[in-house]
Amino acid sequence: MTARAIHAGRARAARHPNLVIGAVLTGVFVAAALVSLVWTPHAFDAVAIAERMQGPSAAHWLGTDQFGRDILTRLMIGARNSIVVGVVAVGIGLTVGTVLGLAAAARGGWLDELVARGADIVFAFPAIVSAILITATFGPGAINAIVAIGIFNVPVFARVARGAARQVWGLEYARAGLAIGKSGFAVTRDHVLPNIASVLIVQATIQFAVAILAEAALAYLGLGTRPPAPSWGRMLFDAQTLMALDPKLAVLPGAAIAFAVLGLNLLGDGLRDMLDPRLRTERIG
Amino acid sequence: MNKLLSGAALAAAMVSSMLLGTAAYAQSKDTLTLGMTLEPPHLDPTAGAAAAIDEVVYANLFEGLTRIDENGVVRPQLAESWTVSGDGLSYSFNLKRGVTFHDGSAFDASDVVFSFDRARAADSVNAQKQLFAAIDKVEAVDPHTVRIILSRPEGGLLFNLGWGDAVIVAPETAHANKSQPVGTGPFAFVRWVKGDRVELKARDAAQPIQTVTFRFVPDPSAQIAALKAGDLDAVSNLNAPEAVIAFQADANFEVAVGSTEGETIIAMNNARPPFDDIRVRRAIAHAIDRKAIIDGAMFGFGTPIGTHFAPHNPAYVELTGTYPHDPDKARALLAEAGQSNLKLTLKLPPPTYARRGGEIIAAQLKAVGIEAEITPVEWAQWLEQVFRGTDYDLTIVSHTEPFDIGIYARDKYYFNYDSSTLKAVMARLNETGDPDARRALVGQVQKIITDDSVNVYLFQLAKLGVWRKGLEGMWRNSPVQANDVTGVRWK
Amino acid sequence: MLTYIVRRLFVLLATLVVASAAIFLVLEVLPGDPALVILGTEARDDTLAALRAQMGLDRPALVRYLAWIGGLATGVTGISHTYAVPISQLIGERLAVTLPLALISLALSTAIAVPLGMFAATRRGRPGDYGVMGFSQVGMAIPNFWFAILSILVFAVALGWFPAAGFPGWDAGPGPALWALVLPAFSLALPEAAILARVTRTAVLETLGADYVRTARAKGLAERRVLWGHVLRNALVPMTTILGLQFAFLLAGSIVVENVFALPGLGRLIFQAVSQRDLVVVRDVVLLLVAAVVIVNFLVDLAYTAVDPRASKPGHGRAG
Repeated sequence: MTARAIHAGRARAARHPNLVIGAVLTGVFVAAALVSLVWTPHAFDAVAIAERMQGPSAAHWLGTDQFGRDILTRLMIGARNSIVVGVVAVGIGLTVGTVLGLAAAARGGWLDELVARGADIVFAFPAIVSAILITATFGPGAINAIVAIGIFNVPVFARVARGAARQVWGLEYARAGLAIGKSGFAVTRDHVLPNIASVLIVQATIQFAVAILAEAALAYLGLGTRPPAPSWGRMLFDAQTLMALDPKLAVLPGAAIAFAVLGLNLLGDGLRDMLDPRLRTERIG
Repeated sequence: MNKLLSGAALAAAMVSSMLLGTAAYAQSKDTLTLGMTLEPPHLDPTAGAAAAIDEVVYANLFEGLTRIDENGVVRPQLAESWTVSGDGLSYSFNLKRGVTFHDGSAFDASDVVFSFDRARAADSVNAQKQLFAAIDKVEAVDPHTVRIILSRPEGGLLFNLGWGDAVIVAPETAHANKSQPVGTGPFAFVRWVKGDRVELKARDAAQPIQTVTFRFVPDPSAQIAALKAGDLDAVSNLNAPEAVIAFQADANFEVAVGSTEGETIIAMNNARPPFDDIRVRRAIAHAIDRKAIIDGAMFGFGTPIGTHFAPHNPAYVELTGTYPHDPDKARALLAEAGQSNLKLTLKLPPPTYARRGGEIIAAQLKAVGIEAEITPVEWAQWLEQVFRGTDYDLTIVSHTEPFDIGIYARDKYYFNYDSSTLKAVMARLNETGDPDARRALVGQVQKIITDDSVNVYLFQLAKLGVWRKGLEGMWRNSPVQANDVTGVRWK
Repeated sequence: MLTYIVRRLFVLLATLVVASAAIFLVLEVLPGDPALVILGTEARDDTLAALRAQMGLDRPALVRYLAWIGGLATGVTGISHTYAVPISQLIGERLAVTLPLALISLALSTAIAVPLGMFAATRRGRPGDYGVMGFSQVGMAIPNFWFAILSILVFAVALGWFPAAGFPGWDAGPGPALWALVLPAFSLALPEAAILARVTRTAVLETLGADYVRTARAKGLAERRVLWGHVLRNALVPMTTILGLQFAFLLAGSIVVENVFALPGLGRLIFQAVSQRDLVVVRDVVLLLVAAVVIVNFLVDLAYTAVDPRASKPGHGRAG
């Protein structure tokens, strides 16, 4: 890397502090999850009642939980859990929602109306209520939590994709594509999608953060990942009656959630500022 | 100097106000605010299984012919006395006179006939209808005498009639008891602020407690804070054992660690492989470390049990040493049974003992090579899938009915245990009246189920009562689910 | 304009009908027998059947659905299976907690966010702006239930200023009742305030650049009057939109917070009703929440149309 490139990079970083801070926080979050795949300080389910609720020590950097399990280990695997939930749930929304939104914008007419009204109906259901019903029907578990969160990402991406795609369709060159005999699909693929990709990326970052919060809330209500697999929300739930005895049980998992969400939100804002300051994204609940 | 002075003055003021406060307190305190974890769904004990109903109304608001006292002994209540025929098929009850319902109407034999016929009717929704299964006929001999004719001898009838599900209600008001309960008890219903509290008022000015408020505080940490702030005078059973520790060191509070009828067990589906092999059931029993579970899930509160029987009962047989914690033995038994890499499900209902205990048990099973997948379930699902559908491998539950060892002789009970030896002993027990012979037979039943390792017997749930110093007459033990405040007073 | 309103009303009703059918279907497949939950482990087949008949669960699904919708259309709700009281009464009692809670949090978040947003806008790019935006980012990242847990730990358990949980009821006087809602309201308001502060800042920045503001300044009006008189008034439109939307989310968001503080509100009711399989209560509450969202959206749309008549033309929906 040349000195000029480094200088340019620094200059860009200075213009987008959100991006830099967000990238660093998110990097730590992702790194913790990746490291947990190959190494954790202890086994996440190693119960040792005699060593429960200990403070930080050389053996347990962040201390132990109510069953004597290593908290750092559980936080690291909890990060992995959050990333899996976030990636899959946002993936579902991004794929299905974008296809629907693009199709609605390309076809217009009844399809457009159907997608818009369908999104309205799904939006009308408070996400947490539907998630409670879904997990009551199919039982608690990571997959059901992912599906419940994923469903609510579909209309988000459908709306964003539809709105952004309609703007592109309003431009001369998209219409020109149709005029020279290209199919709606081809125009969407060649012109619309590349133009709205940045909006979708920014929205995906924000939804990732929303998904992590949603998973934590579900797990807190006892509806997420099954024990003994660690989930940040579940750790908070377990801590509630114990926090008077040992506050760190409630403080650490919540701090981890806030850290990850903050990182992703900053990253999303930074990306938006860098890619196009006028981008419109939705931020919900 | 100035600061010091004012500090001293403040301290003096505080001391004097505390002294004055206590003096005034002792004379005027005739109210009681009792914290409960769960809110009752309604207040009719004859139409639901929820323990919280009885915890408000039992003995306070509703009365039965008999009642069960703090030590689990049957006592007269609306029936002053009774006689039993020689063949044990006819019971004659002499009713208390001058008793009225809260609406002013008089209580007599016709109310008893109505209440029991209602509970036994074809459209009855009584959760414990089987309590009345042996009753053939209930008749009013005269306004103050009731005769109950049985179709078969039922040694437990007097005990059964002491359950909350067998209380006496009035025909005019029975339909509205869910929201406007009318009974014969010393306390009458005042109001129910849904989601917060039920208030009862004493009918007799001589009652030491004139107003009782049952407050529903679902969260244990909130219960603790409310006790310390004086918003609650007592919590009869804190469901967070970790919270008790804070009160044991506090001179303002009394902590009563008492007994319940709750045998907490790991139930195994005996009919489903691999549990149809006794070696597997015994291996699991050897894999479990009771002490770690009691310490880890219950913070040390709970008495280890080795069989399905309450340790405070004189007929209890100490069998906790039958399957000592021995992972090597467990692995050897599993190998002998030809089992390796066992994968099982462990379904956990909502109570803390199950959810916390389950995580520890899963870890203990893992140590002997059994992978137990934890599945938390709601009560609705537990009742439907595990209890009625017997679709499970392992589950953790506390059996809170008193003297319920008879469930092992039932056909198709959820752990699917079927032993003709045990059924024969149980049949003899039901026909036996002599206390010593009964005790020997009950001991035999306990040994059979432990020897067969039907379930893993963990511990007897403790009742963890906390109340303000000076409160007397609170139940320490919980032979039935009740918060009987009729004998409670402030010192 | 009128046809637009009629059309939107029709869509609103259709949405509710579709939603009611979806709710009913989901609850039909929900495992767990309400009668069994009420009668418990010693329930016998005959008592279960008697209770199901008493609750009307022995009728075919379609009959029960039509009876439900027909009842709602004529303003009659059913009877709760567990509480044995009319559901409308139950919902009313719970709304008496949830509605004040949502309104207080709304007021709190506005009171926090609007001054902060305006402060940040007037100091664009300066430390004050960065401070406010930093607060906003952190506020959005903190899960409200974690904030709730921590506030219990600090203000209730350690300091003892507030009750840790529970609700004394309004008949205990407004003082204790409001006091019990302070921590829950703050927990709900914090993330909302964080979002609203950003919206306010953006809206104020946009209007600050508008012609009439420059005109007002040119006329020599005091900066303070320009800011509070002209700028804020014009920034109110996007802000009320967000507030309207957030209000619906507050109703739903209260589910988690009500569970943390054990408040007897609508959110706790729905959570308990699901676990007790009191499904007649669940369906009414869910439909009520859906209706709240749909109606708020409708009103927001109307407000938009009133401000900008072009929005009523097809293809200019707010969603686009």
